Amino acid sequence: MIAEIGLLFACAAFGLSIGQALLLTQAARKGDSALLASGRWAAGLASIFALLALLALIAAFLRSDFSLAIVAHNSHPNKPLIYKIAGAWGNHEGSMLLWCLVACVYGFASASRAPKDGSDVAWLDARAAAVQGVISSLSFAYLLLASNPFARLDPAPLRGGDLNPLLQDPALALHPPILYMGYVGMSVVYAYAIAGLWSRAEPKAWAKAARPWALAAWSFLTVGITLGAYWAYYELGWGGWWFWDPVENASFMPWLAGAALIHSLLVTERRGAFADWSAILAIACFSLSLLGAFLVRSGVITSVHAFALDPERGIWILVLLGLATFGGFGLFAWRARGEPGEPFAMVSKEGFLLINNLVLVVSCATVLLGTLFPLISEAVTGATASVGPPYFNATFGPILALGLILAPAGVLLSWRRQIGWTSLRPLLGGVALALIFALAAIIGASAPWLAASCAALAGWLLWGAGVDLHRRAGGKTFGESLKNVRRVPLRGWAGVLAHAGLGVFTLGAGVETAMRQETTIALAVGETGAAGGAQFRLDGVETSEGPNYYIDRARLTVTDGGATYAMAPERRYYWAARTPTTEVAIRDTFGSDLYVAFGEPVGASGGKVEAADDKPRWRFRVNRNPLIGYIFGGAALIALGGFCGLIGRLGRRTAGSPAKAPV
Amino acid sequence: MIAAIILAAVMGLEAPLADPAAEKRAQALFMEIKCVVCEGEPIAQSGAEVAADMRIRVREEIAAGRSDAAIRADFAARYGEEVLLRPSAKGIGAFLWGFPLAAFVLGALALWRNAASRRRQTETLEPEAD
Repeated sequence: MIAEIGLLFACAAFGLSIGQALLLTQAARKGDSALLASGRWAAGLASIFALLALLALIAAFLRSDFSLAIVAHNSHPNKPLIYKIAGAWGNHEGSMLLWCLVACVYGFASASRAPKDGSDVAWLDARAAAVQGVISSLSFAYLLLASNPFARLDPAPLRGGDLNPLLQDPALALHPPILYMGYVGMSVVYAYAIAGLWSRAEPKAWAKAARPWALAAWSFLTVGITLGAYWAYYELGWGGWWFWDPVENASFMPWLAGAALIHSLLVTERRGAFADWSAILAIACFSLSLLGAFLVRSGVITSVHAFALDPERGIWILVLLGLATFGGFGLFAWRARGEPGEPFAMVSKEGFLLINNLVLVVSCATVLLGTLFPLISEAVTGATASVGPPYFNATFGPILALGLILAPAGVLLSWRRQIGWTSLRPLLGGVALALIFALAAIIGASAPWLAASCAALAGWLLWGAGVDLHRRAGGKTFGESLKNVRRVPLRGWAGVLAHAGLGVFTLGAGVETAMRQETTIALAVGETGAAGGAQFRLDGVETSEGPNYYIDRARLTVTDGGATYAMAPERRYYWAARTPTTEVAIRDTFGSDLYVAFGEPVGASGGKVEAADDKPRWRFRVNRNPLIGYIFGGAALIALGGFCGLIGRLGRRTAGSPAKAPV
Repeated sequence: MIAAIILAAVMGLEAPLADPAAEKRAQALFMEIKCVVCEGEPIAQSGAEVAADMRIRVREEIAAGRSDAAIRADFAARYGEEVLLRPSAKGIGAFLWGFPLAAFVLGALALWRNAASRRRQTETLEPEAD
């Protein structure tokens, strides 16, 4: 029964989304505030009904109602409560319902943000919310026609197939909702681009209205990608955090385009320039999000994350992708203003932001080409090919490095035209800090060149962020700025935190990639072995049972430097899903991890090593991952910067309060 | 999921090469060769038995004094081009490898020409602080 009610709620939300699109279109065309209010109601009700539909689905999961196909395939009565809830979106149909809900909420938010004064901005918001209503309706149409989460199974099975155990993890319970806040957030950015082209909005006002949405979507995407990388690190048990896998690339491409958009909108809002370019980027961001959904859902490119394959649905998403992309660019070709905006010299903030966009767009195109290349190669020459980390590291790395070198300078340049180099002089200290970082890495840790150059870049970026903060605090001396630092507005922190985060991330990523060590050892109970610079003694292997899995747990005593501590990596076997997983043990020492994965008994699969005696031995894979904490910490700082920019921009909508603070 | 099953099935345990420089070359090659039964994973990370065999083969070839290029060619001949995660730069691969630099240079050139054409207009502009 609850399933039918849920389906009814979803249908109601579908109808209300169509209503939202029609009402708000009419409101904007007639300039009718009453219609705008009705459209807002429709959007709000659509969100509520979409939420009720999701709650109905969660209820079905909580009750383990196996007459529902997706519950039967993805749940089990013994599964812990949180994964019963998360199981609602840990599958294709449920995640599409979540997608629809997020689309509705964004639509309601943009309709609510429209001021009630009947100004141009109000009608821009109304148009954007109308476009968002179309996007929600199309999402619901796809949900109801091609992936109904409330479909019944007859006869109902007695037991469920359980959620993929790799997904039964706290980070992965949160990962899809947050990633969708990012992906679907790009649809609002798209909606604003369409609304702007439709009404030929004045560029500065348009950028001002669109920028918070771009910041929101991009920041959520940052958090979502980081959670995914963190999950891959500790759950897959491979010791890596980024594999340049098609699914990862799918989320990274809109992130790169979104980063370009945020910087481009900065110029459009302040100087009215790059208006057309910002619109193109906004359209591209959503197209890339849909392309990502297509790549993930259709399985056209095989991936290590291949748990969501269904070619037929891929066609649907491809149709939506084509509609959004060609529709968007078609409208652009027809309605673009073609105005250059206020002029600027190449050596200026605008000029450097243009280079920033070149770097990010070329990086994004490179990731896109690398991801699609296996398809292109097979279609053109018939030859199969793989594109893996060696390609991306060799191409993407240097381009991005160039952008990172220029970033601190771009922040300090004047708008319009830079005269002389005085304002860049504080960066000389950054050169010194970069050298110190590199030398510290080489002398202190005998780092290879890649790690040393990344350390230098980190020093440069951190110094640049510090100089930026100093300037924003406005003190004549460092001490004075330190006292004033509390008075720096939130939006002023955005660039400081994000660029500092890039520095921290670069340090971690470079050092970890170049200097990670991996060793495999085999131990019998009571034996001691050396790996990753530490001594491991296997005290025993015990078995126990979790709610829906069996556990083999190794008890290790680790002597690392002067310290002695216990580690207990596990292997689990999820009996309902018939899937084994590894639960690694991680010891964090100042951001460097000692990472131990528990492998199979030696000889269990025709082992390669002849033991001297007949004792049973188990394999352990030991990774020493230096500074890996900096990777996730840096990414978190980047996201925090994005949220600061977002929150600092909310609530300032009245006319006549142009931003005078540094942007 | 398949990858996870294979991963848990075995974790390779092979003797590293005695010469650290040779072992480093082997480790680098492990990152460039795809495990043929996994999905998009290099043999460096894979726990699959085939991957372990492939790692042993890489070490044997290095010990036999073969160059990295020759080893890559051997693997490509045996398992097909798609075994190489560093795709070849021949044929259509030239486009793949050439694209990033070409796109960047063309983009930069367009920016530079655009700036040059507007120089007269912009060289009298007054700077504007934040």
